[in-house]
Amino acid sequence: MSTRTPSWVPICRVEDIPLLGARRVLRERGMPVALFRTPGDQVHALLDRCPHKGGPLSQGIVAAEGVACPLHNWTIAFADGRAKAPDEGATPTFACQVEAGVVMLDAEQLAQHAIDLAPPVAGPCARAGAAVPIVAHAVAHVVTAA
Amino acid sequence: MKNDLPPLSRQRLVVVGNGMAGVRAVEELLKIAPELYDITIFGAEPHPNYNRILLSPVLAGEQTVEQIVLNPLAWYEDNGITLHRGLKVTRIDRVKRRVIAEECRSGRGGTVEAPYDRLLLATGSNPFILPVPGKDLPGVISYRDIADTEAMIDAAAKYRHAVVIGGGLLGLEAANGLAKRGMAVTVVHIMPWLMERQLDETAGKLLQAELEKRGIAFEIGAQTAELLAGDSGRVAAVRFKDGRQIPADLVVMAAGIRPNTALAESAGLLCANPRPGGVVVTDTLQTVTDPRIYAVGECAAHRGVAYGLVAPLFEQGKVCATHLAQFGIGRYTGSQVSTKLKVTGVDLFSAGDFMGGEHHEEIVLSDPFAGVYKKLVLKDDRLVGACLYGDTVDGSWYFKLIREGRKVADIRDKLMFGESNIGDAGHEGHNKAAAMADSDEVCGCNGVTKGTICKAIKDKGLFTLDEVRKHTKASASCGSCTGLVEQLLMFTAGGDYSAQPKLKAMCGCTEHGHQAVRDAIRAEHWLTIDAVYRGMNWRTPNGCASCRPAINYYLLSTWPKEAQDDPQSRFINERSHANIQKDGTYSVIPRMWGGETTADELRRIADAVDKYRIPTVKVTGGQRIDLLGVKKEDLPKVWKDIGMPSGHAYAKALRTVKTCVGSEWCRFGTQDSTQMGKDLERALWRMYAPHKVKLAVSGCPRNCAEAGIKDVGVIGVDSGWEIHVAGNGGIKTEVAQFLVKVKSAAEVLEYSGAFLQLYREEGWYLERTVHYVNRVGLDHVKKRILDDAEGRRALWERLQFSLDGEPDPWFEFEKARVDLRQFEPVQPLRAVVPIVPVASGEGSAHLNGTATRETA
Repeated sequence: MSTRTPSWVPICRVEDIPLLGARRVLRERGMPVALFRTPGDQVHALLDRCPHKGGPLSQGIVAAEGVACPLHNWTIAFADGRAKAPDEGATPTFACQVEAGVVMLDAEQLAQHAIDLAPPVAGPCARAGAAVPIVAHAVAHVVTAA
Repeated sequence: MKNDLPPLSRQRLVVVGNGMAGVRAVEELLKIAPELYDITIFGAEPHPNYNRILLSPVLAGEQTVEQIVLNPLAWYEDNGITLHRGLKVTRIDRVKRRVIAEECRSGRGGTVEAPYDRLLLATGSNPFILPVPGKDLPGVISYRDIADTEAMIDAAAKYRHAVVIGGGLLGLEAANGLAKRGMAVTVVHIMPWLMERQLDETAGKLLQAELEKRGIAFEIGAQTAELLAGDSGRVAAVRFKDGRQIPADLVVMAAGIRPNTALAESAGLLCANPRPGGVVVTDTLQTVTDPRIYAVGECAAHRGVAYGLVAPLFEQGKVCATHLAQFGIGRYTGSQVSTKLKVTGVDLFSAGDFMGGEHHEEIVLSDPFAGVYKKLVLKDDRLVGACLYGDTVDGSWYFKLIREGRKVADIRDKLMFGESNIGDAGHEGHNKAAAMADSDEVCGCNGVTKGTICKAIKDKGLFTLDEVRKHTKASASCGSCTGLVEQLLMFTAGGDYSAQPKLKAMCGCTEHGHQAVRDAIRAEHWLTIDAVYRGMNWRTPNGCASCRPAINYYLLSTWPKEAQDDPQSRFINERSHANIQKDGTYSVIPRMWGGETTADELRRIADAVDKYRIPTVKVTGGQRIDLLGVKKEDLPKVWKDIGMPSGHAYAKALRTVKTCVGSEWCRFGTQDSTQMGKDLERALWRMYAPHKVKLAVSGCPRNCAEAGIKDVGVIGVDSGWEIHVAGNGGIKTEVAQFLVKVKSAAEVLEYSGAFLQLYREEGWYLERTVHYVNRVGLDHVKKRILDDAEGRRALWERLQFSLDGEPDPWFEFEKARVDLRQFEPVQPLRAVVPIVPVASGEGSAHLNGTATRETA
């Protein structure tokens, strides 16, 4: 946890995210960040990767406090990225702020946070042995907003 | 003695009884309101909370006392609980709100007082001691706690002859343990056969024969008159009413238990005496006399029942905890229980009215040599009772049938052979958990092995099927391994557990079941999900991934053209109109009417595969072509390039109509099945339903299209078409049931459509046709479709009205409410990233203050 002041980067307008829905933000390096919008124009940001099997959380069903992963229905909390018990594991969270209707992420986190986590693979490329193994319950360090 | 004064802000909770029910309630309370109370627990025994059900394995030398401890002393400390061990609460002062406890060992005279704001009684039960002369002699004990168990183990080391009075579960387990420890054991049982409250005579006799083989002797029907002392003053013999005597150095009284209510009665709390006994509690587990005082477990009488099984006690604990936590939302409405018991390696199960009698029918399977006996009792075409000996894997299925009270005529011939013999797949036909290796897979859906399940049960202290499902996912998907998982629970955690609430709530957001929600949507003419949430007092503001799709479907199917679809309440596949794969890519399956295609279509598909570098092309079981590994951003382009309608292969909707070649080409064909299939598919496509719907049409009874395992299977015969419904080729292979034979293709459309509309209007979300028809009965379907011609036509018309003008989601995006933004990522402009690490980014953040996106 750092005491550094985040350098906010505008990403999109709140209305660009469907209510109780999500959008993906691509990054130079690392997996995309998923933005979720809940009632009251709150926006939450998680790495777009379920701690279970790497499913894209941005494609899940969004509720007030978390999102249900589309692959196996794990529920991931927006507040801390943790899977709802009894499932175990956590998804890295990203600091996120809404100002005057503009959604902002922290530039440094976008550039560097959780860039080591790989997406899941499927199909012939997995068969060929090119697969990066997905570790179940992989817990990355969780960063909360300063 | 520690005497902390609690901070004034915290309330004080005192728990009398340090057993499974009381401590479970405290655990549930700590989960939801860890800071609310200062908690004090009194336990008469010197031990921390342990699993009482597992005393028998301790007696038999299979486990140690340490192994059956559920909450070690450290747990109490970690949670800041004051535990008074070896202290018996003797008085409740309801005016001053305090309890007074005395040390259990007499003569020491120490007392402890504890004030309370809330008091929880979990005093359990007492063994019933036969009122015969000599009952207080040394060497006469009951079988209830660790001290009794240790006394038995001690006696087994010193003495030869043991007599157990009572041939119920407890008595037999005691007898087995003592025999294993080398004693000569005789069981005295006054009733005509063993375990007469759980078993019929045949099963009871089989059990007796099995135990006799293990060296236990029986005195069936004998009445104990007196216990006689020997020279040392210790018990030496049992004398019966008929004058006979048998030697006894140890007598174990196991003739039943009674709720322990002495303390409650002395405090003036209403008790249900004499039967069932127990402190009378409300649905919130508060005593009716004093709402500050709660009671759970064997000492409580709820709606006239005192439960002695684990699952109901835990259910009570949960409700009690929510009330103590001041949530006040839970209500305990009672449990239906079956008995699934394990006596010394013999599996027994009974539920309902297993004795039968006049106006009842019995189906019996008896194989004494193999040690298997099963009796099913039916009344008015419904299963009302079951008694199983030796093979209990289908117990939970029978229990379910008994609870549901569904008619069984259609499965009567297979009923006896159990659920695993009517087409289960996924666990290699195993039906005896004990015989399986740790590495054997129990749950084929989620790949859970026996070892994993047993470890979770032990490590996490699981007791109920629901807990095992939550922690391991075993039996959480199709449920066909439920019987095996229950057996594992029994072996590992001990005892009995199967009890389920009568009405299943839709999800954790509500107490209402699916039917109640469906009914209310129709009655109240609700058109939005929010209206349902408000009208039915939903507990969560936006529901969850389980209830939202269900309600969205109910609204659309009940009020077509009025209720509006909410894409955010649909599972991703129905939002992106493609099927998500494990790596987050999608599959695309275009519609091929009746499974027929053309060179032109194939060329376009091939071109799209090349252009978008689609890694896998596969022919599906439903006679279509599946393109796997399409990137989400390519989906709209692939749809456009292929130019074929959506196959809805991703949706709870009409999937395929599979056809055979039929009379156009086939030399055996009697009907043009391909044309019939195309007509059906064109009439029914875009039809959303509670679950996926698959059809098939065969042109002759050779049935090459496999119509017998489809939701609607149509089979051509020379004189017309047979319509079969509610088949399923999935987890459980279910053969479709014959509905009707019709003459014309128009009739095939009308009858099939009417059946599907009935299912759409009455089915519960995620209920396949087979489960729907099982629930309502085929008779109901026949009445609505065959007997009521006007009603049938109205159903068919309502379906056509619903489908009229429905959009193809691959092309009519706006009408289908497809949010195209989902196919494009939000992408910060290059001007913004990459960013060099900023030490103190003050001010710089707003330099690029306009909202930026690459695409609109």
